[in-house]
Amino acid sequence: MKVFAQLIKTIDSTNKTNLKVEALADYFQQASDEDKVWTIAILSHRRPPRPVNTTRIREYASELAKIPLWLFEESYHIVGDLAETIALVVPDSQQETEKSLTQYLEEMLALKKESDDVKKEYLVSNWKKLNYYERFVFTKLITGGFRIGVSQKLMTRALAKATGIDEEILAFKLMGNWNPNKITFQELILEENEADYLSKPYPFYLAYAIEDQPSDLGDPKDWLAEHKWDGIRSQVIIRKNQLFVWSRGEELVTDKYPEFEEFVGKLPNGTVLDGEILAYPNNQIGGFKDLQTRIGRKTVSKKLLEKTPVILKAYDILEFQGKDLRKKPFAERREILDQLYADFKDDVAVFHLSEIMEFSAWEEMTKEREKAREIKSEGLMIKRKDSTYGVGRKKGDWWKWKSDPFSIDAVLTYAMRGHGRRSNLFTDYTFGLWDNDRQELVTFAKAYSGLTDKEFRSLDAWIKKHTLERFGPVRSVEPFHVFEIAFEGIAESKRHKSGVATRFPRMLRWRKDKKIEDANTIEDLKALIPK
Amino acid sequence: MKKPLLAFNSKGIYCEAADVYIDAWKPVDKVIISHGHADHSRWGHQKYITHHDNVPIVQHRLGEVNIDGKAYGESFIINNVKFSLHPAGHIIGSSQVRVEHQGEVWVFSGDYKDEADGTCIPFEPVPCHTFITECTFGLPAFKWKPQAEVFEEINQWWKQNQTDGRTSVLFGYSLGKAQRLLKHLNPEIGKIYTHGAIENMTEVCRSLIDLPITHLITRETTKAELSGNLVIAPPSTHGGTWIRKMTPYVTASASGWMTFRGARRRRAIDKGFVLSDHCDWNGLINSIKATGCEKVICTHGYTDIFAKYLRELGYDARTEKTQYESPLAPKGGI
Repeated sequence: MKVFAQLIKTIDSTNKTNLKVEALADYFQQASDEDKVWTIAILSHRRPPRPVNTTRIREYASELAKIPLWLFEESYHIVGDLAETIALVVPDSQQETEKSLTQYLEEMLALKKESDDVKKEYLVSNWKKLNYYERFVFTKLITGGFRIGVSQKLMTRALAKATGIDEEILAFKLMGNWNPNKITFQELILEENEADYLSKPYPFYLAYAIEDQPSDLGDPKDWLAEHKWDGIRSQVIIRKNQLFVWSRGEELVTDKYPEFEEFVGKLPNGTVLDGEILAYPNNQIGGFKDLQTRIGRKTVSKKLLEKTPVILKAYDILEFQGKDLRKKPFAERREILDQLYADFKDDVAVFHLSEIMEFSAWEEMTKEREKAREIKSEGLMIKRKDSTYGVGRKKGDWWKWKSDPFSIDAVLTYAMRGHGRRSNLFTDYTFGLWDNDRQELVTFAKAYSGLTDKEFRSLDAWIKKHTLERFGPVRSVEPFHVFEIAFEGIAESKRHKSGVATRFPRMLRWRKDKKIEDANTIEDLKALIPK
Repeated sequence: MKKPLLAFNSKGIYCEAADVYIDAWKPVDKVIISHGHADHSRWGHQKYITHHDNVPIVQHRLGEVNIDGKAYGESFIINNVKFSLHPAGHIIGSSQVRVEHQGEVWVFSGDYKDEADGTCIPFEPVPCHTFITECTFGLPAFKWKPQAEVFEEINQWWKQNQTDGRTSVLFGYSLGKAQRLLKHLNPEIGKIYTHGAIENMTEVCRSLIDLPITHLITRETTKAELSGNLVIAPPSTHGGTWIRKMTPYVTASASGWMTFRGARRRRAIDKGFVLSDHCDWNGLINSIKATGCEKVICTHGYTDIFAKYLRELGYDARTEKTQYESPLAPKGGI
């Protein structure tokens, strides 16, 4: 733990990516094998389940700090991170721990089953014993969500540096389900293990957004386009007569989509398709809202399967006949996919193809993009014909060119402090639109992004001076500022006060030129709902 | 009802009985100034009264003004109201203002800290009935380590950067923090360079305290000269063109705000040292207790939260709005 806490301290003390990678690589060279496995797990979001609920954690911490709970809560809203708040308010200790990271995590795993008294004793005795950074790391491990400015990609790069194993191979090894409590460093990283490969997906290749026009991309003949489907990005794997479905969040979701069992026994073994899972009610592509009825369900009822079936809209093939195709040009992979589709479309009803479109001029593509909403697509994907299938988000070969978002002018009504690097700054906002009589502002969306740091700072200062009321961490502010709020989708909703749910709302522009009287109404918003 | 001895109006903290202001933020006839930071000693008053050591600082900032210097503990009477200045320990020349009238005593803390920092006379609690306190760091999350430990870390950091072939850039406010850093940096490690704003203010303070030699960075200063040495610069230089001369460099900030990891990351500073010229949570509570007061008025900082906690401790505590802001604090207040 001492070494791990030291690592976090070093990473925390620099703003430069290279120094972070260096520190991590050094750590991977000196830590014990079991600590290494846990470190990889933690930094790739595979932390153990939270052993104590956070309400209890807050109570124990405020008791140890000898401050009332309300004061602890106020401090937490300002610090913006629970583990950091606890590390700050409890009495300091100068001791260092002798236990390893693995020992701590094993204790935390065992703690889940214990009584509240045992849990309290465990937390309090450790808080008393550990120094600031150790206390922070210890609490972070318990409360979860270990975000400390190290992405999985950065961690993989450091691991590559420390082991001499290629970064892409490592990314592949780290995919999928593995249990840090059961696997050794040898098995996870160093060994070639056939059996593991059976279920493993490939790291997803991600596209960058085109902000303006695609004409900078050169000759349109070098590119292929297709519609951008609004579902769940997934890999469907058929190996040794078994099906594995992975979502982009590296979650194995095979059981949620039993329809896909249809692939098995038909598509040849050693096939990996990349595509989008889409809802398909009444034999046509549904909206994301339809698909939401399937996400989050562990068991799928027969009724739901009939009402909201899913299909796979395939757009790439990463493995065929057991061979990794990722280094082949995209156009060649698509030929293989198109042939596979032609061979099996009649046998496998859930197998759909994302049609490829070729263009000789960018204007034609612009026209196609305008049709996107009608066919339930979010815009276009533009992929270079000769591009290989990369790892993660890389600029250059794959672009997404989304339809222009919906937008509406709304009034800032409430603000809350942010978290992480936005702690102690009011950056999380609620927006309202006028009701029909233009008397009252009705909340319709929350948005946290879209402003520059400078804009956030100036709005933060304004909010602090124009607060009307405080409700715990939330402040109501004078209705004064108008923002153009953009969003991707819109649907009716009984759960929202406004009667409307929007998808991915964010601030497009701060309309300093507009007064609150100029903001839109709820009726204006409802008029945007597709009929 | 009797009028309060000190009232908060649109111009500042006003003593009606004496017709005098304390740390006014709008131009007034007569003002008592607690210390030299810009939000407390403002331009445009007719007559200034402050501690002797603050006189050259105010003159450096505001030019020729009508100013009168007093010693700590020296009382002066204005219209039957007795005033005196007492050490606040915030920066050199900083004072608390004691006001006594018809047996009632109020003390205005100005900005203060309860740790002796080696650059100014340490804070002394002054018994009073009503204590007007700042609470910039009035949250239990703020706890300072003894400054000897922090300076040990700072000097270690400098040494390490020197070994790595980098220039150390340390941000600090030009009055107060800069001199405190200077006083405790180890000049045996290397040379200490300064930005113009810091050099000028330090020059003023040299008549009041003993400080190590500094070298002003000019257009002629070369990268090679700076390499491995330390630069003290105002926070505003971060991210500007001036600082590029130091490449390769590492940045650090010394401030109470560095308690928050988020605050440091947001400012894109490499290293944060928690070093403040204000009281931490315990410092505030202990200082208030030591005055023996019954009433507390909380001015700038986490006023609402701090006052609520004081009420739980049994004080008659409330908040008042002022226009004081501490350097580096989130803009617009807290």
